[in-house]
Amino acid sequence: MTRFGLLRTAIFAAALVPAAALVYDFLTNDLTANPIDYITDTTGYTAITLLMITLTVTPLRRLTGLNEVIKLRRMLGLLAFFYACLHFSTWLVLDWFFDFTSMAADVVERPFITMGMATFVLLIPLAATSTTGMIRRLGKRWLQLHRLVYVAGLTAVIHFWWVVKADFREPRLFALALSILLGFRAWWTLRTRLSSRS
Amino acid sequence: MLIKKPVDIPYSEVTPKALYIRRREFIQAAAAGAIGGAVGLSPLAVERLTAQGRAKLPNVRKSPLSTSETANSYEDATGYNNFYEFGTDKEDPKANAQRFNPKPWTIKVEGLVKNPATIDLDTLIKPYALEERIYRMRCVEGWSMVIPWVGFPLADLIKRLEPQESAKFVEFTTLLDPSRMPGQRYPVLQWPYLEGLRMDEAMNPLTLMVVGLYGETLPNQNGAPIRLVIPWKYGFKGIKSIVRMRFTDKQPRGSWEVAQAREYGFYANVNPNVDHPRWSQATERRLGEFRRRKTEMFNGYGAQVASLYAGMDLRKFY
Repeated sequence: MTRFGLLRTAIFAAALVPAAALVYDFLTNDLTANPIDYITDTTGYTAITLLMITLTVTPLRRLTGLNEVIKLRRMLGLLAFFYACLHFSTWLVLDWFFDFTSMAADVVERPFITMGMATFVLLIPLAATSTTGMIRRLGKRWLQLHRLVYVAGLTAVIHFWWVVKADFREPRLFALALSILLGFRAWWTLRTRLSSRS
Repeated sequence: MLIKKPVDIPYSEVTPKALYIRRREFIQAAAAGAIGGAVGLSPLAVERLTAQGRAKLPNVRKSPLSTSETANSYEDATGYNNFYEFGTDKEDPKANAQRFNPKPWTIKVEGLVKNPATIDLDTLIKPYALEERIYRMRCVEGWSMVIPWVGFPLADLIKRLEPQESAKFVEFTTLLDPSRMPGQRYPVLQWPYLEGLRMDEAMNPLTLMVVGLYGETLPNQNGAPIRLVIPWKYGFKGIKSIVRMRFTDKQPRGSWEVAQAREYGFYANVNPNVDHPRWSQATERRLGEFRRRKTEMFNGYGAQVASLYAGMDLRKFY
C-alpha cells in the first residue's frame, strides 16, 4: 500500500471508532443511564465533526498545494453522511419508534429538529451523486449541486446551537470553524471575480 | 454464507464488569495514590480522601407520600446528573464531585425572618425525624426517574425559623466556590445558582429538604450535603448544596430564568400542555424504559398541589 493509501485507511478506521465505541458500550452495558440520548448525542457530534473535516479538505489543498488530499474528500463526506444516517435512525427508531405523527409535529414545530432534518435531507442528494459515474454524468452541474454542502454545514451548526441549553462553548467552536472554512471560499470567489473584471 | 472467526480473547482477559464500571474511580484513586505518595500521605488517608463517603442514615421512616412505582437504580440516580457546578455533561458531576468535601457546612438564614442566623448543618437537621420519600423526578429536558430521597419537610424548618408576615417567597442559594466547584469557573449560568419558591409552595407537605437517597447520605453529585426536592416541578427547581435561605417579599429570579426567561419560568410546574419553546413536554422517557410515556400534570401530584394554582393561567405563569 502506498503511504497515501495507508493514511486513507487510517483516517477511515479512525472515523469508525465512535461507532465501534457505541457498539462496545452497548455490549458492556455502559451507554449511561439514558442510552438513547447518549447515542443521539454521539452520532450527531461525530456527524457534524466529520462534516467540518470534509469542508476542510479543499482549503487545505489550496493552502498547502497537497493535491492528493482531495482524494479524501468523498470518503470523509460519506462518513459524515453515515453518522448522519445513524443519528437520524436513532431519532426515528429509538427515540420515537416510528411515531410519525409526533415526529412530523416535531419537524414543523421545533426549529432545531427542522434544522437537523434539513441537514439530513440536503446530504442525501450529495451522497447519492458521489459515485465517479455520477460525477462524470453530471459534469458542471455536479459542482453546482455539491455547493449544497455549505448550506448543510450551516444548518448543522444551527441545529447544534439550538439544541444546547446553556453551555454554548462547543456550538460556538463549530460556528467559528464553519465561518473560517466558508470565509476562505468566499474570499477566493471574490478575488477571482475581481481579477477577472479588471 | 459468511462465517466469521470468533474474536480470540480469553475470558480471563476481560476486565470484570464491577472493576470496569469503576474504572474512572480506579484511575483517580491510582492518580491520587501517586500524588499522596509524593506528599507523604499514607495510602489509607488517600483512600479516605477519594472514597465516596457512603454512609447509611439511621432511623429513616417510610412515608405515605411515597409512590409505589419502581425506583431507578442507585447507579442511574448518582451517575446521570445535571449539576452544572461540576460540569455540563451528565457524567461530569459524578466524575468531578468526588473530592468535594461538604463538611463542615453552614446555612445562612436571612431576610424577613425573626431570627437571622448562620446555622451549622447538623444543628439544623437534628430536630427532624428523617423520612424516605420515593418521588418521581421529571427533568425539563424530557427524561424522568423515580428516586427514594431521604429528608424532612421544608415546612417544618420554615416554621422553626419564623418568617415575618411580609415574607412571600423563600430564596435559596448554592455554594459559590470555583476552587471546589470547577464548573463555576466558566459563566454557563449565573453563579451562584439561585432558586426560589412562593411561601405556600415551600410550606406544601411534598416539598422536601433532602439529605440523602437510597437510605444513605447524599452523594456530592446529587447536591451534598443538603438540597431541595419539589416533585411537581421540573428538576432544575431542586437547588443543590444550599448555603443560604432568604425570606423576601419579591419573587426571586432563578439562574435558569436569568439565562432564558422565555424557556424557564419561576413556577416551572411539570405541565404536558405547556411546551418548552424548543421541545414538547407532552411525553417523557423514564430512564430504563424504551418507549416514551405521557407526562402527567404536576408530575402526577395534582391532588396535593393543584389548589396552589387555582385560577392562574399556567401558560402565562409557566
